[in-house]
Amino acid sequence: MKAFADLYRRLDRATATRAKQAAMVGAFAAAKADPAQWASAAWMVYFLSGGKPRQTVPTRLLRRLAVEGSGLPEWLVDECYASVGDLAETLALLLPEGAGDDHASLDHWMRERLLPLPKLDEEERYARLSLWVAALPESRRLVFFKLITGALRVGVSRLQVVKALTEVAGVDESRMAQRMIGYAQARRMPTADDFAALVADVEASEGAALDAGRAYPFYLAQSWQRPLGEMQQALGPPQDWIVEWKFDGIRAQLIRRGANWRLWSRGEELISDAYPDLEPLARALPAGVALDGELVVMIPPAGETRPDSLDGLAPFASLQQRLGRKAISEKTLRALPVALIAYDLLELGGQDLRGEPQRERRAKLESLVRETLDRGGRLPLRLSPVVSAETWEGLAEIREQARALGREGLMLKAREGAYGVGRRKGDDRTDVWWKWKLDPMSVDAVLIYAQRGHGRRSGVYSDYTFAVWSAGADAPQRALVPFAKAYSGLSDAEMREMDAIIRRTTVEAFGPVRSVTPTQVFELGFEGIAASKRHKSGIAVRFPRMLRWRRDKPVAEADTLDALRALLPPGGEE
Amino acid sequence: MDLIAPTDRGLFCEAGDFHIDPWRPVPRAVVTHAHADHARAGSDVYVCHALTAPILRKRLGAVAIETAAYGEVLTRDGVEVSLHPAGHVLGSAQVRVARNGDVWVASGDYKLEADGVVVAFEPLRCRVFITESTFGLPIYRWRPQAEIMAAIDGWWRENAAAGRASVLYAYALGKAQRVLAGVDPSIGPIVCHGAIEPINALYREAGVALPPTRLAHEVADRRAFASALIVAPPSAAAGAWLGRFGDHSDALASGWMQVRGNRRRRGLDRGFALSDHADWPGLLAAVEATGAERVLATHGSVGPLTRYLREKGLDARVLSTSYGEEDEAPPSEGAA
Repeated sequence: MKAFADLYRRLDRATATRAKQAAMVGAFAAAKADPAQWASAAWMVYFLSGGKPRQTVPTRLLRRLAVEGSGLPEWLVDECYASVGDLAETLALLLPEGAGDDHASLDHWMRERLLPLPKLDEEERYARLSLWVAALPESRRLVFFKLITGALRVGVSRLQVVKALTEVAGVDESRMAQRMIGYAQARRMPTADDFAALVADVEASEGAALDAGRAYPFYLAQSWQRPLGEMQQALGPPQDWIVEWKFDGIRAQLIRRGANWRLWSRGEELISDAYPDLEPLARALPAGVALDGELVVMIPPAGETRPDSLDGLAPFASLQQRLGRKAISEKTLRALPVALIAYDLLELGGQDLRGEPQRERRAKLESLVRETLDRGGRLPLRLSPVVSAETWEGLAEIREQARALGREGLMLKAREGAYGVGRRKGDDRTDVWWKWKLDPMSVDAVLIYAQRGHGRRSGVYSDYTFAVWSAGADAPQRALVPFAKAYSGLSDAEMREMDAIIRRTTVEAFGPVRSVTPTQVFELGFEGIAASKRHKSGIAVRFPRMLRWRRDKPVAEADTLDALRALLPPGGEE
Repeated sequence: MDLIAPTDRGLFCEAGDFHIDPWRPVPRAVVTHAHADHARAGSDVYVCHALTAPILRKRLGAVAIETAAYGEVLTRDGVEVSLHPAGHVLGSAQVRVARNGDVWVASGDYKLEADGVVVAFEPLRCRVFITESTFGLPIYRWRPQAEIMAAIDGWWRENAAAGRASVLYAYALGKAQRVLAGVDPSIGPIVCHGAIEPINALYREAGVALPPTRLAHEVADRRAFASALIVAPPSAAAGAWLGRFGDHSDALASGWMQVRGNRRRRGLDRGFALSDHADWPGLLAAVEATGAERVLATHGSVGPLTRYLREKGLDARVLSTSYGEEDEAPPSEGAA
């Protein structure tokens, strides 16, 4: 595990992308040169690219280790944890120094020690854990606890891992991105062969991998955030763009190769098993096809035959009931059937189309969808309709309808653009995918509870609960009703300032949470809103975040529950 | 009656008619050391250690100062007052106050490890110990100074080899000089920020051996920066002053750097947990060495420390002072 601990430390110390890149390239190259290290290197890549093994040690055992190992009272360990904001780091800081005579490899740690743990009884697990910790040198302790708590974030993106591997393997980047698809799936056990395949320079056997149903790396859109008035100049006329709705579903690729079909989510998880309702569609597609689109719940009216009809498209809340389920009942399948709204065709007849212009891929996609639906059988496939207007202003008007339609805005795709890899940067590039989202809905809300954050925000009161008034200011009695939690949107300086205010205005502390005298108002933005029986306020919002600190606004003038309800979509009330 | 009690202006000894580290103007202020949060402007007369006086003048201007040597007893109205080494920064002192055999000690800020730069902390017996508790949580356990200095040297050496400057943020009074005295000056030239260089001069005058240092504008050939250690106060991080050094790695020397999140929030390359305050074992050792039956904790993590001591059977309480506005010292300070 030493190589991994060293790499982790170097990545953790470096703030510059270049330095992180160099650290990864160094570690991967060293591993490539020594087959004895391949198995451990396979795990390194797995963790760096976001892989998480299932938790092998329950949190209560780790807390027990912290208490018994440090000899401190439990409340003091809790204080420390609240201050550090990360259990792994708290353990590393509190436990006495280990002997440092452990030399097991990362692969040995994972395969022989950690992964078999869940099969043992609790006392045995605790005994082993204590022994291992006692043998670990100080420099490896943090990474060890990070491994077992699964909180191993080192500030490198998947794309950076891909770039580093690209450099080590000497193949091109899109090839490497494809080799990496599915690599970091949950509960996967990477092997020496996996690493060898990643860094191999020969591409001969790669066709076989495609047969296995691997997806293409998703091309991600950037947010268009500049004013309408600048669009013509930066992007050219709207006629240069294919404009579509931005749907509120989940992004997915449907792959049909040979006799197999696969559905991959944008998180590069294989999710075919959860959506058996797509199987007839997959079977109806010709072999050698990869569709990119949005997975949604759709209950089309009888007799609907238009390929680009969106009739029967259900709100995201319906899809949510299908997410993360392993076993799906017949009843759910009938009540909440999914469909794929296709918007890109990445492979046809086994040929990779990603280098072709968007318009050509779109034309091929349209024919494919028509031919497939013409075979009948009411297949759950739709073509993402194209939206058009003469001017950007005209498109902006269409975009305004998005909210009423339960969509997030519009997508802009350059007619001549290829299907890229990952997210392309650049302010006014004319070959990227832009998401042109609606401005978020917002209300002015009052901060009533605060909790210390984790990771970058550790130790600082940075996670807040917001409330609105139950009634207007003239009501004889009114209360603040909590409705959303948010932690993003403040600068580091503002966060520190808020931290001081929270400490000063604390009324009561319940464990890690503090209630405060309501003194601060924030403009809270969110992407979606729905009625909810599970929330005290009767309302659930999606992606809440702080848009602005309303220092100018007194608490009494914050918004009311009625103002929040007014944002509910028509028919959204249960 | 308590010999020392908190008032809205600071810790007050009524019997001797003086305040200790008051945060508002008073007639007579006994000052433990010259850091800004302990030595505030506006009082009529300041009493401090002889080595604190020049720093105080530098910061507060021409104020009336009475000085004392460590251990020298000043008697006022039957109250004996003496200053004793706190090991925090140059001239830092604990204040011992005694009347009719009742002994109180106000620690000011202190650390136990002898840093080889200032006179080391002297444990004092007392009945009541007023202690700071900036780092009053067990996660704060300092590595030995030599180890941290070796880590700073390693970082500097690596940067110098790669041709980039090493910018180290350190509090201008105390931390900066401790770093200067501890690093290996053979690695490259050392440049100090304009807020630090005058304090260096006072340390040198007091007989502390520091390696040669220069101000940035005194360096004619900018290429020299590439192998230099540049020592600056944390506030310089936001300024344009850094521009001249070109490609550089940055680091902060502070006890807060013990926790990763504090470093990452600042976007620093490195953090060295080098503190002039007592760590958790240090606080406990200091309390034990006093033999005090009562402990009053003034700032930092007062809650956990006093509760822990109470569970050990001591009469330990939080002494609310104006530092007490924050129940945990803010990681944003970086001064510790």
